[in-house]
Amino acid sequence: MSRATPPSPAPAAVLANPEMKKTREGFGHGLVALGETNPNVVVLVGDLSGSTNVSFFAERFPERFVQVGIAEQNMMCVAAGLASVGKIPFLATYGAFASCRSADQMRVTVAYTDLPVKIAGAHGGISVGPDGATHQAMEEIAIVRSIPNMRMVVPCDYWETRKATIAMAGDAHPYYLRFGRESVPVVTKEDTPFVIGKANVMREGGDLAIIACGVMVYEALVAAEALASRGIQARVVNLHTLKPLDEDAIATAARECGAIVTAEEHQIYGGLGGAVAEVVVRQHPVPMEFVAVRDRFGRSGKPEELMAAFGIKAPDVLRAADRVLARKKPGA
Amino acid sequence: MPRLQLTVDQLRERALIVRRDIITLLAHAKSGHSGGPLSSADFGTVLFFHEMNLTPGDQKDAGRDLWHFSIGHVTPAIYALMGERGYYPLIDLLGFRSLEGHLQGHPSKHDTPGIDVSAGSLGQGLSVCCGMALGARMDGSSRRVYCVMGDGEQQEGQIWEAAMFAAHYKLDSLCAVIDYNRKQIDGDVQDIMGIAPLADKWRAFGWNVLEADGHDIPALLGAFAQAREAKGRPTVILAHTVMGKGVSFMEDDYRWHGVPPSKEQADKALREMGTTLDAWTERLRHHKEVAVAPSVNGAS
Repeated sequence: MSRATPPSPAPAAVLANPEMKKTREGFGHGLVALGETNPNVVVLVGDLSGSTNVSFFAERFPERFVQVGIAEQNMMCVAAGLASVGKIPFLATYGAFASCRSADQMRVTVAYTDLPVKIAGAHGGISVGPDGATHQAMEEIAIVRSIPNMRMVVPCDYWETRKATIAMAGDAHPYYLRFGRESVPVVTKEDTPFVIGKANVMREGGDLAIIACGVMVYEALVAAEALASRGIQARVVNLHTLKPLDEDAIATAARECGAIVTAEEHQIYGGLGGAVAEVVVRQHPVPMEFVAVRDRFGRSGKPEELMAAFGIKAPDVLRAADRVLARKKPGA
Repeated sequence: MPRLQLTVDQLRERALIVRRDIITLLAHAKSGHSGGPLSSADFGTVLFFHEMNLTPGDQKDAGRDLWHFSIGHVTPAIYALMGERGYYPLIDLLGFRSLEGHLQGHPSKHDTPGIDVSAGSLGQGLSVCCGMALGARMDGSSRRVYCVMGDGEQQEGQIWEAAMFAAHYKLDSLCAVIDYNRKQIDGDVQDIMGIAPLADKWRAFGWNVLEADGHDIPALLGAFAQAREAKGRPTVILAHTVMGKGVSFMEDDYRWHGVPPSKEQADKALREMGTTLDAWTERLRHHKEVAVAPSVNGAS
């Protein structure tokens, strides 16, 4: 069994009233920490310094900050050029633009050359809220995972985003970091272990496994708590790294729990659920259910009500758990 | 001697050798682009054998100049120039576009020693060179950055994003060259999607704009020397060229943009250049090791 030391299960009271913090602040603070220790780290932004929080870095290290203006395609390739002469460039824009507008630049110039460009896609997911469908990136996992050499991390909270930002800089490959806009529950601690490519088991259990990333880790924990009150023990796996995938953690969950629910704030096609299923069918087939956005564009609204309307809140995870348990083979 | 600074006569001779290589490697690959590589052979030779400070075999040299062909499809010229400059043995040219060889259809960093950044999707290279120039400036380095673009490529919007960026950041170590051969794969540039007045466009974007006959070696040497003098703004050289230059039946014919010559056509072309396909193939085949210092006295 390969699993990191699990943090003690969050008590129901903590889950009901969690500390709230923005993942993008974790990114901004992570960049500042990097700036202090690594002179090669440079930051580029496409006219979104404030909302991506790279402004923290810009204030501290103006000589290593590059404003590119509204030109994401150029930004992706300027970052590649900087990387080719020894810099570790982080570029920041909204995920909708980072993953789609400059996808060709990411594929050909960054990934094919395998340069250490770190792409920060802010405002990922339906929880972006009022800006509506164009600004709610929900296809990044499908796009980025399919490109060779790319690595991808979708952290679950402030601390994990901060740690992922710092960890990416130490690896000489291209990365995509996806994080959100809103304050979200803090479910890890400053000292919770974080290793790229190694999933964290957030809660132990053997009746089913809920595998999630991003803000859905919290929703999974809430659902697991509700299941526990009914005597059902759900394992919650925080699959923060979408590539490379922790196949051992997935296969172990399938073997030991016999049923899996995946949960993501992303389109259902080509997302975390599909990635997990690829491993499950090959290594240990068990029933699966998928909590994700069902092949539709987002719309304007408040983040919380949108998540409910699009079927990706804890009650949706709970219903998926019931469905998968009904399909679970006796004795599995 | 990182900057070879060959004489005008030596450069002319070297450009002819590069053209012979281009035709020969295309004939063996039975695949690839003919027109653009031939139009860029002269300014390419000036860059590789006079202008640029290059250290083949030592990509980590932080003082060397940087170059990037945004027009990745002119690999026949890039690979011939690199081979002649000592990046790898010339016999490798005979493996162009083959599964066994290291010379991909479009430049690939992890296949070919000496390529800094892979390329092949048009419009991206000037941005890459902006990043190189900016990074060098952050390091306090005086290394120069050379970007080769196509004229048809000017239709890509990203070029103009990069044009704005380079002028905004006053990247005067950056020198771009446009292979202005007036042809693209579907026909004449002016018919496909007009780019004129091109010099005015670049001037309006804040660049130092130079124009030269792209086949006139002394004119090219002068333009590159002038580019070094520019302070506070990047330079673009509009190199007026002829697609397919040097082969009578290819010159100024867009149909040669993306196709290779047959063995017979290649032999005919090489006879126009004073050799034969068999003879030039033999020359490449027998060049199995890179010389420690590249010869500066014409064909080896």
